[in-house]
Order: sequence, then structure tokens, then C-alpha cells
Amino acid sequence: MTAQEAINKLKEVSGNGSISTSEFRDNTRVHVSKDILMKVLTCLKNDCGFDFLVDITAIDYMGYPTATTDRFAVVYCLLNTSEGSRIVVKTMVNDPDPVLPSSYSLWKGADWPEREVYDMYGIRFEGHPDLRRILMPQEFTSYPLRKDYPLRGMGERHNFPVLTRAEG
Amino acid sequence: MAVSLPENVFTAKLDALANWVRTNSLWPMPFATACCGIELMATGASRHDLARFGAEVMRFSPRQCDLMIVAGRVVMKMLPVLQRIWQQMPEPKWCISMGACASTGGVFDTYAVVQGVDRFIPVDMYVPGCPPRPEQLIQAVIDLQEKIRQTGKFFSDEFDKRTQYTGPSQSLPRPLDAVVAPGDYTTATRQWEGTGKVQFGERGVRTSLEIHPARK
Repeated sequence: MTAQEAINKLKEVSGNGSISTSEFRDNTRVHVSKDILMKVLTCLKNDCGFDFLVDITAIDYMGYPTATTDRFAVVYCLLNTSEGSRIVVKTMVNDPDPVLPSSYSLWKGADWPEREVYDMYGIRFEGHPDLRRILMPQEFTSYPLRKDYPLRGMGERHNFPVLTRAEG
Repeated sequence: MAVSLPENVFTAKLDALANWVRTNSLWPMPFATACCGIELMATGASRHDLARFGAEVMRFSPRQCDLMIVAGRVVMKMLPVLQRIWQQMPEPKWCISMGACASTGGVFDTYAVVQGVDRFIPVDMYVPGCPPRPEQLIQAVIDLQEKIRQTGKFFSDEFDKRTQYTGPSQSLPRPLDAVVAPGDYTTATRQWEGTGKVQFGERGVRTSLEIHPARK
């Protein structure tokens, strides 16, 4: 199923007004609210043949020129491996407790991308089997890709014991 | 006063003898994390042939090596590993910091990259470059050999006096206003008591930096 056909199908399933679409350089994007996210993803996987979850990532819109009231966007890139068509699903979540349902039940490949989004942005995925940090050390307490985290960190990289010669 | 000795026997001070042995049998522990690691491999390979200087036995275990070559950038997550390996190496031991990233953090002035391993382990030789050529690393090995030859002791007690960490002491601690973070985060990972622990006050501004006694 092509992306356009998939969108028509989605509009059928979830009601016409509940999703909006946009295009950029031949890529079709679907904007959905977080309540119908799972419904949309399930439909795309089971009925439209988007069987491969390419990636999950997030965007922090803090300070963005055209920012709305929503702070984070979570982006799902899907691929139909039998036809080669692609679709991007985008949903917004907000401070102070950004949480989304986990898509691990649909694609096992959501495991690590969801952990990465959690690690970098602090967006939790409910139902994820093992949601813990994947890139940063376990003791790390903040989310470094948030816009309000300073580029040089908060002193973490200086926070190690100093070994001298005499200590060996 | 001539001492009568057979032709193939000569006398030396024990220190000089130990230095002579250590100088010519450096066994590197390659701690290679990035592009510098490739240059390190090239240095060990046949064209540049580090074996000419006795430093041919690359040890991938810390148990028997005496020269750590930190090649490449070291991130926060890796530094405890680096320190553990350093502590597992038997004395006497030396360290070469190879390349801009290992020595200063290089261009990676970001939250995750350690700004110079010499702040946390003692370094004997710094190799500039990004990445340095094998010739530069060989020069560092030769310079280190010279250092061992001149300063080494049989019992390695020359290290006892080196209680200062070997690094750019002027750059730490940074001025207190150097790290100003928005928000109300109170974060400081890897809290070690009394060792470089950073404290944050209101609005995430760093209020004090407890300095390790060795740094004072």
C-alpha cells in the first residue's frame, strides 16, 4: 500500500478529522494525537503492510520559532518492505510527564529506539519491557538532548576520582 | 683503581640496569577508542614497526603491560573503565596520551566527552595531532624511553613523590560561573566522596567544586 492509500485507510478507520498530513520532499507525514497513536500504528502495520519500524526519534521544540504549546514530538519512521513505500508518523507529548504507549507489541525493533528516546529526552514508553538508559551511564540523571540541558553538561564529565602517581 | 673482571662482565648501578631493561621493553596497553587507534595500529604494523623500539608486545590485558597508550577520545562512560585498567596495570607504569581528544577533549567540548584524560590519570607524554602520524607516536615512545632512562629507579620510588596529577593544573577548577545551567536540575553523576564532586545550587548554578586533595 502506498502512503497515500494508507492515509485514506487511516481516515476511514480513525475518523476524518482526527489526523492531518503534510508532505516534504516526497515523504508523507501523518500527525496524530497521542490517544489514537496506537490505533494508527496498529492499522499501519496490520492493514497497510508497514511491517518494518525503521526508527523512532524525538524532537524538542523548546524555543522553536513556530513552536506550539506542545514541547516534544515523537517520530515513527515506517517502511513497507514488500512495496518500498514509507510513511512518517508524528505525535506530540508534553511536559512535565511525557509518556506514550510503547509500540514494542507491534514491532520488536522498537525496543532499542524507545530506550534511546527515553535516554535522551526522558519520554517514557508505557508497556516497554525494559525501559532503561542505553547510551548514557546508568547514574546519569538528566536528559542530554533536551534543549534546556547545557551543551557542556552540568559538570558530569569532571566528576571522577583523580588518580595520581603515588596512588598508583 | 682497576677492578679485575672477565672480558664479558661489567658493572653498573642497579638503577641504571633497571632503567635499561625497562626502557627497551615497554609493553603497550592500547586503549584505542577512535581514529587515533587506527594510527596506533599503523604504528605497530610493519611499515612503521614499533617493534624496533622494544615496544612490540601489545598487551590486551592490563596484567603484564607497563605503558598505556590512550588513543582517541574518552567519554564519560568509558573513563571508569580506563581508570580500572590503569589501576590493574602493575608498577612501574607509564602513560602516553595520544592525540588532541585524549589530551584535551579535542573539538568535542560536549557533555559526554572527558576534557583530557590527564585530569584523572597521570600522563607522561602528550602527542599532538588529530590524529597524530605514527612518526609522532614513535617520537613520544622515544621521549618516554629517555624519561625512564633518566628518572627511573630500581624500586620505582620516583613515583612516590609525584602526588600531583600530571596535567594542566591551571585549567582546573574552572571558574564557578563557567557552568551555568538553566532549569532546576540537581544532577551530578558518579559521586565520589571528596573527589572533585560538583555541587549545584538554585537554578543549577554550580556553587562549589570540592577539589581532590592531590590537586591542591
